[in-house]
Amino acid sequence: MKLTIPEEEIMGHGHLACQGCGGALAMRYTLKTLGRNTVLSVPACCWSVIDGPFPHSAVNIPVFHTAFEAAASTASGIKAGFEIQGKDVNVVAWAGDGGTYDIGIQALSGAAERNDDILYICYDNEAYMNTGVQRSGSTPLKAWTTTTPVAHPKDRPKKDLISIMAAHRMPYIATASVAYPEDLTEKLEKAKSIKGTRFLLIFSPCPPGWRADPKNTVKLARLAVETKVFNLLEIENGLDWRITKKIRKPKPVIEYLKLQGRFRHLTEDDVSLIQENVEKEWNILMNKVGE
Amino acid sequence: MPEKTEKQIVFDKVKDTPPLAVSLYTMDYNKTGSWRNVRPVIDYEKCTGCMTCWKFCPEPAIDAEKYEEDGKEKYKPVIDYEYCKGCGICWVECPVEGAIYTEEEGE
Ligand code: SF4
Ligand code: SF4
Repeated sequence: MKLTIPEEEIMGHGHLACQGCGGALAMRYTLKTLGRNTVLSVPACCWSVIDGPFPHSAVNIPVFHTAFEAAASTASGIKAGFEIQGKDVNVVAWAGDGGTYDIGIQALSGAAERNDDILYICYDNEAYMNTGVQRSGSTPLKAWTTTTPVAHPKDRPKKDLISIMAAHRMPYIATASVAYPEDLTEKLEKAKSIKGTRFLLIFSPCPPGWRADPKNTVKLARLAVETKVFNLLEIENGLDWRITKKIRKPKPVIEYLKLQGRFRHLTEDDVSLIQENVEKEWNILMNKVGE
Repeated sequence: MPEKTEKQIVFDKVKDTPPLAVSLYTMDYNKTGSWRNVRPVIDYEKCTGCMTCWKFCPEPAIDAEKYEEDGKEKYKPVIDYEYCKGCGICWVECPVEGAIYTEEEGE
């Protein structure tokens, strides 16, 4: 049988990610596809630890560790440096959801508005996991985190970052999931071939932060798509929306929720509310796709 | 590039650190196999070589070993126990019943 994703391993083993880390899987697929002619700008996030302590690094390509809010602006600067030297290098800002949805959003918006030639990748694990599971703008409705305890679970839905990015009318935006590596590598190939700011959101389950069994990381990433909690799509020029993975018979959200301790406190009403929210978001999305 | 090493490089004194902090060594020294409670084992009698396990290992701790059979290129998954953290993704995702079974570590 043939391999369905690139064979070469650029990310090395021995890294410091937890067992079954979705973020590590996302990095492995990304480097396989982008290749060694790549430089990363990494703000505070799990990956600033996963990569390893100086003078070691697990990714085997240059990494620039930068401040929490500065992933995009650092990447823009690195790209400008390469351009002036006449070098064609993939410059990637690699940030978690905290550094993207919340803390890094102004630098990201600035880069996208200027259409700087960078690829911004957010590996989304839906909370500030590296610092101990605090709620972020990406944390979903009703989820437990250490700052939204069971008595007060999150009362706001996950921020619709994709629409915010689309409003920048940037050349390419896509969502992907670690459970669909072929779809992910295809989108990375496409992003690589486009000039200007490109944005990729990779759904990356976090076993300790989600209070989930590490063996279920890929299963959860798949269930999120099959229940329409997280939809796989791409957007060209901010206007041309397309679903890349059509789900004919969506599963009820409970199948996704019940495997995670962060949703263990949910009542039946809560589950219905989440289901309703999923349907509502799906209809909003369908209006944009034009189906 | 410095030579590949499985040794951990430690700078004892601040004055020993290079003026520019560039990490040139891999993380190979960090044998994460010691994190494992449960060990996945591949039963090659049942394994079809689909490489799903290889695809989903986050370390990566499964090598794709290439070989030829009847003039065709094929792959065989080989688990690297020095680095496998025992997360269990490979045995959940393997599509063939019993092709990956588990053993308690230390048995
Ligand atoms: S997933 Fe299972 S059948 Fe496929 S290569 Fe791995 S062990 Fe073999
Ligand atoms: S148990 Fe986890 S780390 Fe070990 S080989 Fe399987 S997928 Fe890789």
